Amino acid sequence: MYSEKVMDHFNNPRNVGELENPSGVGTVGNAKCGDIMRMYLDIDDTGVIQDVKFKTFGCGAAVATSSMATELVKGKTIQEALEVTNKTVMEALDGLPPVKVHCSLLAEEAIHAALWDYAERNQITIEGLKKPVEDIEELEHSET
Amino acid sequence: MIYLDNAATTKVSEEVFEAMKPYFCEIYANPSAIYGFAGKSMKGVDEARGQVASLIGAKANEIYFTAGGSEADNWAIKAVAEANKDKGRHIITSTIEHHAVLHTCQYLEKQGFEVTYVGVDENGTIKLDELKAAIRPDTILISVMAANNEIGTIEPLKEIGAIAREHKILFHTDAVQAYGHIPLNVDELSIDLLSASGHKLHAPKGIGFLYIRNGVKIGSFMQGGAQERSRRAGTLNTAGIVGMGVAAKRAEEHLQANMDKQIILRDYLIERVLSEIPYSRLNGERTNRLPGNVNFCFRFIEGESLLILLDQKGICASSGSACTSGSLDPSHVLLAIGLPHEIAHGSLRLTLSEETTKEELDYTVDELKKIVERLRSMSPLYEDFVKSEKQ
Repeated sequence: MYSEKVMDHFNNPRNVGELENPSGVGTVGNAKCGDIMRMYLDIDDTGVIQDVKFKTFGCGAAVATSSMATELVKGKTIQEALEVTNKTVMEALDGLPPVKVHCSLLAEEAIHAALWDYAERNQITIEGLKKPVEDIEELEHSET
Repeated sequence: MIYLDNAATTKVSEEVFEAMKPYFCEIYANPSAIYGFAGKSMKGVDEARGQVASLIGAKANEIYFTAGGSEADNWAIKAVAEANKDKGRHIITSTIEHHAVLHTCQYLEKQGFEVTYVGVDENGTIKLDELKAAIRPDTILISVMAANNEIGTIEPLKEIGAIAREHKILFHTDAVQAYGHIPLNVDELSIDLLSASGHKLHAPKGIGFLYIRNGVKIGSFMQGGAQERSRRAGTLNTAGIVGMGVAAKRAEEHLQANMDKQIILRDYLIERVLSEIPYSRLNGERTNRLPGNVNFCFRFIEGESLLILLDQKGICASSGSACTSGSLDPSHVLLAIGLPHEIAHGSLRLTLSEETTKEELDYTVDELKKIVERLRSMSPLYEDFVKSEKQ
């Protein structure tokens, strides 16, 4: 059902955990759909993501997409992180089963939510960043 | 490998397999043919019909072989509806039925029938007062499962049968999980129609039957030849039928012993999990449940992750019904017993067989403890819970 890369990230998730004093935290998804992702970012003064951690309640794909998303944004600038889309995450994992595509949307949204929190804390505007939707189901419906 | 998904399907027993073998290359005649060679095939079918009937106290001529439980459910409900539509168009069932019943009822609703889905209590036992209140002059069928496939709760068939009889309404039960696992007698329970499947009791997949009480008005399901007293056309699955017969015979002979053995193991498993894994709960009735069924919820974690990690430890389990594993929705049964979505997503069903050992269950619980702990350590829900506890 899952690609080897998905299984690898599920079995050995990268960057699991919390950050003590994060620059931004974002939580997305809902328990009703069965997936909740929380992303912690540590962003330095030059706008580079120095560290990132996640926690996820969800299926194998939800864990793997969160893990891959953290790898893709770590060490990147905010603008580079914004370019990490659900498609980027999916491709990096060698694809997802069709019923699990929403997990990659959730991963993208978790990054955005954490960046949004960072922007709010610092009272800045990040160009190209929209306020994240809280309920991933809205996101899926707006795309279809 | 430890196989704890016997509610999904069981291993064909050696005895069953041996009995079936001659019906492939030796006794291969179509049992409906005239020549003497065909008589051997028919003899096997007749014997099996008697064995299958005996297990539920039915007559052999009340057994109609089908390709399985779903076909039997579809046939019973659709054909009763069709045959009685001039009398009435109302059907009563429960909210926790298998999809073979629920989706058939939904299909009939589109055809102009009305269906009342009676609710269950927190253990999954049907609410009899609601059932009684749902009865109308145009009610033609009550269909309630004998035991639930996910949470194992055994339904009060005797009471339901009596209510149906009193109101002269036909009573169908989906006994796919119960047949051969708990005592069932169609006369004592006033059952008019009963669906069962072979592969849940060590017979092969693709064989089942519908019991139809003599005198019940019901049309044929499959149009064609005159097999099964013209009620179910199609060349008889001779080998499958013979296998089902032997499986039924074995089940009848060992019913009490198998129940006793599995209940001890089941209760041991429940006891260990509930006492050793925090924030776990048992779903379904504590004692009045199938001897081989346990179903747990572990708060703050999700079912699929749990299943993948158990699989990696060689443990085959499921999070509910194998028939719904392609769906993302939480179990309709767990929602019906009142669990919130986030808890319903974290369910685990372990189903035993006569071959399950205590050692296998010990290994499973030991691994389960580690897996639940690992998944909780990466769950944001658990993090929030721990923080709220500290405050």
